[in-house]
Amino acid sequence: MATLRPRRSKKWLPGLLLVSPSIIAIGVFVYGLIFWNMRVAVSGSHDEVTPYGFDKGRNFVDLWSDPSWPPAVRHALLFTVVFVGGALLLGAFLAFLMEKGIKAEAGFRAVYLFPMAISFIASGVVWRWLMNPAPPERAVGLNQLFDRIGLGLLANDWWQNRTWGMAAMAVPAIWQMTGYVMALYLAGFRGVPDDLREAARVDGASEWQVYRYVVFPQLRPVTLSALIILGHISLKVFDLIMAIAGKQIITYVPAIATYVEVFDRHDPANGATIATYLLLAVALLVIPYLVWSVRAERDR
Amino acid sequence: MRGRWKAIAAVVLSGVLTVSGCGGSDDEGGGDASQVEVFSWWTGPGEADGLEAMKADFEKKNPGIKFVNAAIAGGSGTQAQAVLASRLQNRKPPDSFQGHAGAELLDYIKAGQIEPLDDFYNENNLRQAYPEQLLQQITYQGKIYSVPVNIHRSNVLWYNPGILKEAGLSGPPKTVAEFIDALKAVKEKTDKVPLSLGAQWTADHLLENVLLGDLGTDAYNALWKPGADWSSPAVTKALTDFAEILKYTTVEAASTDWQGAAKAVVDGKAAFNIMGDWAYGYFVNPAPNGLGKKLDTDFKYAPAPGTDGTYMWLSDSFTLPRGAPHRGGAIAWLKEVASKEGQDLFNPKKGSIPARKDADRSLYKGYLEYAINEWNKPGIKLAGSFWHGVTANKKWHTDIDTAVGLFLQDRNVGKLQAALVEAAKNSSQ
Repeated sequence: MATLRPRRSKKWLPGLLLVSPSIIAIGVFVYGLIFWNMRVAVSGSHDEVTPYGFDKGRNFVDLWSDPSWPPAVRHALLFTVVFVGGALLLGAFLAFLMEKGIKAEAGFRAVYLFPMAISFIASGVVWRWLMNPAPPERAVGLNQLFDRIGLGLLANDWWQNRTWGMAAMAVPAIWQMTGYVMALYLAGFRGVPDDLREAARVDGASEWQVYRYVVFPQLRPVTLSALIILGHISLKVFDLIMAIAGKQIITYVPAIATYVEVFDRHDPANGATIATYLLLAVALLVIPYLVWSVRAERDR
Repeated sequence: MRGRWKAIAAVVLSGVLTVSGCGGSDDEGGGDASQVEVFSWWTGPGEADGLEAMKADFEKKNPGIKFVNAAIAGGSGTQAQAVLASRLQNRKPPDSFQGHAGAELLDYIKAGQIEPLDDFYNENNLRQAYPEQLLQQITYQGKIYSVPVNIHRSNVLWYNPGILKEAGLSGPPKTVAEFIDALKAVKEKTDKVPLSLGAQWTADHLLENVLLGDLGTDAYNALWKPGADWSSPAVTKALTDFAEILKYTTVEAASTDWQGAAKAVVDGKAAFNIMGDWAYGYFVNPAPNGLGKKLDTDFKYAPAPGTDGTYMWLSDSFTLPRGAPHRGGAIAWLKEVASKEGQDLFNPKKGSIPARKDADRSLYKGYLEYAINEWNKPGIKLAGSFWHGVTANKKWHTDIDTAVGLFLQDRNVGKLQAALVEAAKNSSQ
């Protein structure tokens, strides 16, 4: 035993030394700062002068009576539902078409993936112009296009609609991320062995039944990953909205609210509280996913 | 084994901490005048040239001081102020930074981040150089904390003379009630936009002009004093007018910034626009920095309705941060900023007028001639612009912006007024 110990430590020590800088860096700069953020959230310090106290989490409740917060939450939810739903459906559909074998597939794949290479802040500037709600005589962008080709009734007020505006805001995000979802699904489709499909066909399944009962069930992991990835992008959306609408209430979302509270309003406690809510919302998505994928790994 | 693990962890951790902790030493800097780092958001056309002209004059007068330009791009300083906030919190202030004179500086004052400049004013005889009302309005608890370099005017009505004629109007409206009638006339008699408006903040700008026009200067100024009454019927009347005026604006307002809204007037698409006088430079400067339009033919100006005789001002000013690393350089810079030569070099380029009373008036042409004459007219009343940082601190300012943003959606005057009352109460100003 006495000789075994040092040998064991020899085994793990170099590895530990190798990863320890990153463990420490992550510990300090990620978890340390998350902790610090939560500390500020309960500090009750609503300006930059008051020393930090402890408000017993009251700010997490008080925030809801802040006039700009409930709309921000509503906007984020509406945006998330439309964006995630839209990108998933459209991405899956495109992948399905590709999978059925079309000519110049590689070309189409590239075309659909390209939008992802552009940052939200750059495409946002273009979409700001495209989604201008001006009436026909001053119309630009999509409304002008609709008007010219005789589809004037399609023209609408886009993100400046008081109720459903955030759904329009999801359009650029869908445009940008659909290619990515398509790539995920395409990989998923390709991962379904041909033998399985053949077997189903031999058993007399129609083409629809092959997909319904053989292919789609195997795509569940892909759908889940896409859902998580899009979901957390959606909840944290900031740059796209900043580029299209700026810090206006009509498109207020939690990430913008954090920025406004900290840098414009000089209210660190509110900013940190909103950031904590955002973290919790993303955690609700990510943690079950992590648990699930760890389990899946173990079962393999 | 556990002991050794702890030891390793401790060594690595302390290594990290020394690396991240270095550079934390705070030297007091005393009167170091080897250089001066000046932080501003003057990077756009005109303003950057003005800063450059002031810098050249500064270097001529102070050959030993190196001028470091720490300007950060971004309209009205939103990005710059975020960077500044983090620098101040880390106690790494620049030697002098730009800030709107007035209540916008209150957060810095309360946090002890900038020094009072009363001695500086006395030593350089600045109390006589600036208008008395201006100094009163930037004094906080008996002390002055910044040196104004320029004055902009918020209450300007820009209009398209051709469209007014088409609508049968003989001239610009003089009161808010006349303004509403004029908007109605434009809507009924022409196919033009009566009042062009931009993103949410331009509605805040419009609000301060309607408040001033309806309430009058004294009542407007009183709104920003502690315990002010925002629930009065006079405010209700002003907000009702504000709601009425907004009916004559465009549906696509939120997609446009102030440039787009102002451009609609000189392009003959809209009759009126209420915007600060920085719009003038944008109108008349040659492309690419401006639209190359002509005063009197393409556009005209007038005081915003109901505000003639009042100068609703805002001002860029410079401060002395506590713990400035090169204090001597900072003082020399503030002297440049406060000087007649400095202000006369900067302002014609920036398109604003000097805050000092003794400027060389021959340098200011077109609209600026009107502005400088108004500023120095005996009996002119001064009102501070709330949106541009004079009368409301950051919290109040943001809360009013939120209230206006919500109002733009629900158009509920009662709710707007309640939110404004609440904002005044919570401002802790």
